[in-house]
Amino acid sequence: MGLPALRATLHRWLFRVSGPEPAPIQLGQRRIFVLPTRFGLALALTLLVMLLASINYTLSLGFALTFLIGSVAWISIHHAFRNVVGLSITPGKAEAVFCGNPARFGVVLSNPALRPRQGLLLAPSTSTARLLPNIKPFDIAACGSTVQDIHLPTRHRGWLPLPRLTLETRHPLGLIRAWSLFQPDVRCLVYPAPEADGPPLPVGRDTDSGLGGRGRGQDDFAGLRHHQPADSPRHVAWKAVARGGPWRTKEFDGAGTRDVHLDWNRMPTGMGIEARLARLTRWVMEADRAGIDFGLSLPGADIPPGRGNAHRNACLTHLALFGLRDD
Amino acid sequence: MTEPRLRPDQSAWLLVCTILSLAPHAGHLPLSLIGACSLLLGWRGLLAHQGRPLPHRFLLLALAASLVALVAVEFQRLFGKEPGIALLAGLLSIKLLETRDIRDARTVILLSFFMQMGLFLYQQNMGVAALALAGSVATVAALLSLEGRADTPRARTLAAARLVLQGLPLMAVLFILFPRIQGPLWGLPADAYTHRTGLSDSMAPGDVARVSESGAIAFRARFEGDPPPPAERYWRGPVLSDFDGRTWRQGRRSVAEAPAYRSQGPAYTYTLTLEPHNQRWLLALDFPATAPGLRYSSDFQLLAQAPVHARQRLDLVSHPGTPVGLDEREAVLSQALELPSGSNPRTRALGARLRAEARANSDIPALAIAHFRASGLAYTLDPLPFGRDDVDSFLFDTRQGFCEHFAAAFVVTLRAAGVPARVVTGYQGGEINAVDGSFVVRQSDAHAWAEVWLAGKGWQRIDPTAASAPRRIDGGLAGALPDMNRLPLLVRNDLPWLRTLRDNLEAIDNRWNQWVLGYNPARQQALLSALGLAQADWTTLIALMAAAGTLVAGLLAAWALRQRSPADAIDRDWARFCQRLAAIGLPRETWEGPLDYAGRIGHQRPDLGSTVVAIATDYAALRYGMASTDPLARRRLHQSIKNFRPR
Repeated sequence: MGLPALRATLHRWLFRVSGPEPAPIQLGQRRIFVLPTRFGLALALTLLVMLLASINYTLSLGFALTFLIGSVAWISIHHAFRNVVGLSITPGKAEAVFCGNPARFGVVLSNPALRPRQGLLLAPSTSTARLLPNIKPFDIAACGSTVQDIHLPTRHRGWLPLPRLTLETRHPLGLIRAWSLFQPDVRCLVYPAPEADGPPLPVGRDTDSGLGGRGRGQDDFAGLRHHQPADSPRHVAWKAVARGGPWRTKEFDGAGTRDVHLDWNRMPTGMGIEARLARLTRWVMEADRAGIDFGLSLPGADIPPGRGNAHRNACLTHLALFGLRDD
Repeated sequence: MTEPRLRPDQSAWLLVCTILSLAPHAGHLPLSLIGACSLLLGWRGLLAHQGRPLPHRFLLLALAASLVALVAVEFQRLFGKEPGIALLAGLLSIKLLETRDIRDARTVILLSFFMQMGLFLYQQNMGVAALALAGSVATVAALLSLEGRADTPRARTLAAARLVLQGLPLMAVLFILFPRIQGPLWGLPADAYTHRTGLSDSMAPGDVARVSESGAIAFRARFEGDPPPPAERYWRGPVLSDFDGRTWRQGRRSVAEAPAYRSQGPAYTYTLTLEPHNQRWLLALDFPATAPGLRYSSDFQLLAQAPVHARQRLDLVSHPGTPVGLDEREAVLSQALELPSGSNPRTRALGARLRAEARANSDIPALAIAHFRASGLAYTLDPLPFGRDDVDSFLFDTRQGFCEHFAAAFVVTLRAAGVPARVVTGYQGGEINAVDGSFVVRQSDAHAWAEVWLAGKGWQRIDPTAASAPRRIDGGLAGALPDMNRLPLLVRNDLPWLRTLRDNLEAIDNRWNQWVLGYNPARQQALLSALGLAQADWTTLIALMAAAGTLVAGLLAAWALRQRSPADAIDRDWARFCQRLAAIGLPRETWEGPLDYAGRIGHQRPDLGSTVVAIATDYAALRYGMASTDPLARRRLHQSIKNFRPR
């Protein structure tokens, strides 16, 4: 077993975290870990020196002071523990983002107890993430809840799962760090980053080639296709719906309307996969912004033309997950 | 990563914490250093108040260097207890001036703990303990402020006090059970024990008088039965036989595990609590019987095995009637006859005359006392300056002296007359504290008397001071001296209210000394055997401590895990409300919901109606509605139910 694998096993055994957990996650006593901070260790050393001095000089009050500070430090372990125990965690929404923009996960922490929780920090468990300057301590009121955003950099398209998170506190005295690890089951879709610069949207070129999609219009009935939420209700095949069949949308041919079909296979040969996806992404965004109907053909997927947010997102999702296992 | 700058409230708490740990040191630090520290702290306070940046590092380095130089000039050295504490005080003040972030602040807090420990080296009375407790609260408050948000000073103090209060039980357990080891573990700096007044092992004119000016307690005794009458209250200290014409020193002697005499006659049994005086001798009534762990010198002093650096408790039995020194060694007797040649010629002549007058050696002491009495010697704390031969000046010129002059003159006279004699120093007298019945002996009871050796009788105590001022023996220093104003305030007996106040304070202080400061290995054993753990060695203690610690930890964990949901709290309040209504004969039927119940009560008791309906409505909204997360509404319900007292 290699070192990383060993480490993972150790973590799984030690911190009882094996993967994404269903919501809500309850932080029970067995999930909370308590260790002294560096300052706590420094204080322990100081107390040891004070104890030796008290013995050496027979200072009764020295003993008393040493034991008092030690006891308060000991009590602070329980305060730190109490500050984390019993919290419940539910993942919030994670909006899809383009690769390169930070992904934002909302995590809802709720405090069912009658005491407020103070000085909590929530961050991904990687050691560097906790030191990021934008990680600010937060409080949760008695019986209250709070939403904390976790920002993660995105480097690849596809699904970005929320990594394991650390919720920690050094409250009340900074001597003791109590923490818990958990991984809410939530993931964020990362679209490919749109190509920065390149050929314009191939509008109108399709008709010449005849290989593109049919022109869309309102004139002649041309067939039925799957219904998409953005389709006009006037075009829904209501009769079929009334018979209990699936929702279909009637399509009509109409020359002269602007539409575009974005086709993987019509990219210049020699272009890499990611470059093609980047260009298609840019075109999808441009077509959406221009209000043009667009379709998308990818190897293994063919999305008929359409428009609207849902259509755009479906296309982007296909682009994001192209060639990846959809899990 | 750079840590964030300190907030104003954090700086302020740090300053409070530092001041509380430094201020009590003002009593023993040199004035220049007190000034320097106050200036530095004041500067820091001003900078924090105006929100201005802290001084540059180079300036601070220069300040630190000049501070070290100041300490070196004041103490002529840099190592040892006093310069060490002075250095720490100064450097702590400078450190505060460069405390920018949280890590610096924590360093300051750890340093201030050492400052507090340093204070205990000087004094450990109740005032100091209270100050240390306040210091601990301030420290905890400072730590809280470093960790949490800004809060009002009042709320922060309360939070800190609550934490300290929670720590107290565990502290008490540790204090009682932590295995006590008698220090020191390693060599102490030469000046570790200073600032102690008391007798010394030599006596020059004026020494005892100087000790007498202190009202500090030398030791306490608690007698089983009645204390001895005033004339028997001679507490033996250093015995001085070697005389060089001015100063008396200890003579030849040997130290043994057992006394050189056989105890006989009536006995006084007592417990002596000796304040530390950094000397080996103990102070016992004549003549202590054998006790384990003690040493006995051939001049009948009781000695400890090591210098008394800490308050010490001794269980002693003394037999005043014991005959001692019947077969004294020749060397001791010859030293007790030595006089430096050429000194005090007039006294020597007096001795020779007495010897000629006396029919037997045993008459000479009485003749000498008679002579003293006839010469009109006056007893005073502040005698006129003496000439070259102290004893001659005292006996024939100034005729004013304190007990050491009487004792020295008497011994010189007897030696001149050929009778072996020596000076004994110690304490004479003492008084009962009316509050707790303990017998208190102060430095002002320091005394010097004489011991004379007579063939067939051995060493006999003779107090020549009694010849001139008999009230010194019966009524203490205050009874013997005509002028009260020279006496320590607490020894004067013309202010009865002051005496009562003093007795009360000292009784409390005695408790404190016995149980807190004097809690040593012996005390610990005694306490544990009183609790039924007679043979508690350190393994037992550690096991006990672990058990107690676990118990405390378990209680704390139970408290930490006790989950009280808001619904529980609301239901508890509601149950109380229903109980109160049931008590006036309006119980809730089991099928009744809160609103139905309130409606019925509104019909039966219109006077309560509006209150009851309001409470029931609030309860229903909190319990079944969406409002349950609103802590304010919950508190309002709690308050209104608490105030609801139907009749």
